[in-house]
Amino acid sequence: MRELTDGSTAIVRGAVDAGCDFFAGYPITPASQILTAMSREMPRVGGVAIQGEDEISSIGMCIGATMAGARAMTATSGPGISLYSENIGMAIIGEVPLVIIDVQRLGPSTGGATTAAQGDVQFVRWGTGGGYPIIALAPSSVPECYTLTMKAFDLAERFRCPVFVLTDKELNLTATTVDINAYERIPVRPRARIAPGESAGTPYAYHPPDAVGPIATYGDEAPVRFTGSTHDERAFITKDPQTVGALNEHLVAKIENHQDEIDMVVADIDPGASTALLSYGITAGSMREAVRIARAGGRPVSALTIQSLWPVPERAILALLQNHGRVVVGELNHGQYRREVERLAAKGTEVVGVHRNDGTLITPQDFLEVLS
Amino acid sequence: MSVTTITTLGTYRNDSPYPFCPGCGHKSILDHLNEALVELQVDPMKTVIVTDIGCAGLSDQYFATSAFHGLHGRSITYATGIKLAQPDLTVIVVMGDGGTGIGGTHLLNAARRNIGVTVLVFNNFNYGMTGGQHSATTPEGAVTTTTPGGNPERPLDICGSVGVNGAGFVWRGTSFDGDLTQRICEAITSNSFALLDIWELCTAYFVKSNQFTRRALESTLETLGFQTGVLYRDGRQEYSRALRETARGPDSVPVGPTPIEQKWSASLERPFMIELAGSAGGRVRSAARIGALAAIQSGLYAAQRDDYPVTVKTGHSLAKLLLADRPIDYAGSDRPDVLVVLTADGLAKVRSRAVGLSGDSIILTVPEFADIESGAEVQVVDPSSLSDRFPKADLGLLALAVVVRRTGVFPIDALRAAAAEGPFGESNAAAVEAGIQLASL
Ligand SMILES: Cc1ncc(C[n+]2csc(CCOP(=O)(O)OP(=O)(O)O)c2C)c(N)n1
Ligand code: SF4
Ligand SMILES: [Mg+2]
Repeated sequence: MRELTDGSTAIVRGAVDAGCDFFAGYPITPASQILTAMSREMPRVGGVAIQGEDEISSIGMCIGATMAGARAMTATSGPGISLYSENIGMAIIGEVPLVIIDVQRLGPSTGGATTAAQGDVQFVRWGTGGGYPIIALAPSSVPECYTLTMKAFDLAERFRCPVFVLTDKELNLTATTVDINAYERIPVRPRARIAPGESAGTPYAYHPPDAVGPIATYGDEAPVRFTGSTHDERAFITKDPQTVGALNEHLVAKIENHQDEIDMVVADIDPGASTALLSYGITAGSMREAVRIARAGGRPVSALTIQSLWPVPERAILALLQNHGRVVVGELNHGQYRREVERLAAKGTEVVGVHRNDGTLITPQDFLEVLS
Repeated sequence: MSVTTITTLGTYRNDSPYPFCPGCGHKSILDHLNEALVELQVDPMKTVIVTDIGCAGLSDQYFATSAFHGLHGRSITYATGIKLAQPDLTVIVVMGDGGTGIGGTHLLNAARRNIGVTVLVFNNFNYGMTGGQHSATTPEGAVTTTTPGGNPERPLDICGSVGVNGAGFVWRGTSFDGDLTQRICEAITSNSFALLDIWELCTAYFVKSNQFTRRALESTLETLGFQTGVLYRDGRQEYSRALRETARGPDSVPVGPTPIEQKWSASLERPFMIELAGSAGGRVRSAARIGALAAIQSGLYAAQRDDYPVTVKTGHSLAKLLLADRPIDYAGSDRPDVLVVLTADGLAKVRSRAVGLSGDSIILTVPEFADIESGAEVQVVDPSSLSDRFPKADLGLLALAVVVRRTGVFPIDALRAAAAEGPFGESNAAAVEAGIQLASL
């Protein structure tokens, strides 16, 4: 059986199936459909949805609610991510599991509210002071919107950090036909909560440095502390260089040392191909179409779809670079992810960008032109 | 025999000494807060002190309760999230006048909602932590490090602002007031948005640069005409509970998959796109939606992309309906196989693309636009030649029926059935029948 649906709906279903019970957001095209659907869905499952007075309060409420035991999600577009910025940093240092949906639209600034873009790729990675890592996933189809939203909840719990899901106006708002069994429901781990009486006074203990400890929740059987400042393991403010250094190394190591648990790519490799296409999100759809056309015309080509944008799945990209003399990166920006590929490319490997910044999608033809 | 031991807590402070400058008002307010917690015997596990930034923001570290130390001006947002997730918790916000100013919108909206948190504003008329700059509450004429010639701005009436906007309990006074402990108790037990605007001394800055004293606190209140004591009480329902009671709408249809059964069959060698170009109010998008459902019922894959101005009830309305016999990866094409031009708004939007269409494409339009410039084959249908008259809003579906009938892209019976379903079923079905009739004229 099939249905007619869109990415927004799939994200909302993914959130509900992942156990999300708190949503706060502020209306913005093209993410408003998620806010309105969550306003209907949350009360149905015994959760809470609220329209904040702005994006700052929306993400703030999500963080507060999470510390009180909720599984929270918020959704916005580029302009809203700007207002989330300071709180993204707080969720990083406070180690708050939080899912942030960024339905990208064309920037800069208000830009084009109803036009597609992928201009927030580097922004979400470096969108708050300090430069600490986050995780970002990019679905390239409606079923992936469902599964990767669930995955985002799972990774948020696993790593106690903000996890972004990057989509765009076209993926979220174009109604399309989906086979119902194309939705892959994946397990989402429950929150690791500090057991009653057990080290609740040290909500920020991590041994070894890359370990992620369980979370203490307000209302549990011991007082719980939280802070956005540099802190010791009891969440008291400290400037002690050894403690602060260890904390900040921990924030990096807990993600970077466990990339194999995050990396997600779809590799479609033709051993006879000298050119590989690489893309993500909505543009990966055009790439798949281009691959189909090329192969039907007898032209060998490989393709790599990046589903986990951050941290960069370097192993898969390196393998692609090693086996192809030429890698074509297609994206709706001026080459934000191409930078990451170029950084990995050895001398002699050609990295080519296919870009559009006019609100229209990269077409299969755009890819095919670079192939010929 | 069962024995119940009741332990009374003598203090909610931990062992750390306060970090404040000698004579800083923050210390005495926190002592009153401690007394209030002792008097109420709140459960420290169920009590969260949420602090803002600044010297006042350090406060949570000296209490044995739960704590949340957040960002500058945003403490009320975290407090709201905590209270919404667990309405039974006692949530107390400690913020400075600096935090009150930068987070002003949160203050007003929390009051409006009547979220059940208690806000203690440690109001010392300047930014203590960053070096005595002026704040939203600095009195006119006061000297601060950023108003060396005297402050020309009017101070914010915090109590008036939250009071007229629905706060449940509002009090103004000073850190020297004997009833402060009692007022904090009242605020906490009011289980409403309760705010205490507590005027106090920053000995490091404001006192020094203005020769400010306890007496001056009182005379400033008088000069400004700011009332003291309990200023507002409101018995409205607390928000975290009100939200849970009202949130569920009458039509809570789950967003789960709504399967479409295949009843007909169709096949396509390559993707086929029909674009409808009309105006707002012309039900262009709903016509395309009916087409998409009919195509899916015929075993095809359909994708629908709409384009319309943000002011949805005016101007153009375009709907692209892409059909294929496999999952659609790319729905962004701008070259329809059939372009249906319904109105002048629609024509204005597609005119330049129409010019570029080749002879493989068809433009279907009404006599008004028969002279459209295009490389495509132009087919003109005239709805006025039908015996019945059709409202403009039915024209999109009517034209779609012509296209389906003439191209046979999927069975016309599928469109008939899809049109008859749902709201407007009767008039939609009639529009399809009229289209079928027109197709063979
Ligand atoms: C976004 C942001 N901007 C600026 C600051 C710097 N800052 C730290 S404390 C403070 C002012 C605090 O004043 P107030 O809230 O009155 O507290 P007090 O120190 O007087 O107790 C400012 C502006 C900050 N922490 N965050
Ligand atoms: S600087 Fe002012 S507010 Fe801060 S501790 Fe000293 S006296 Fe108190
Ligand atoms: Mg102050």
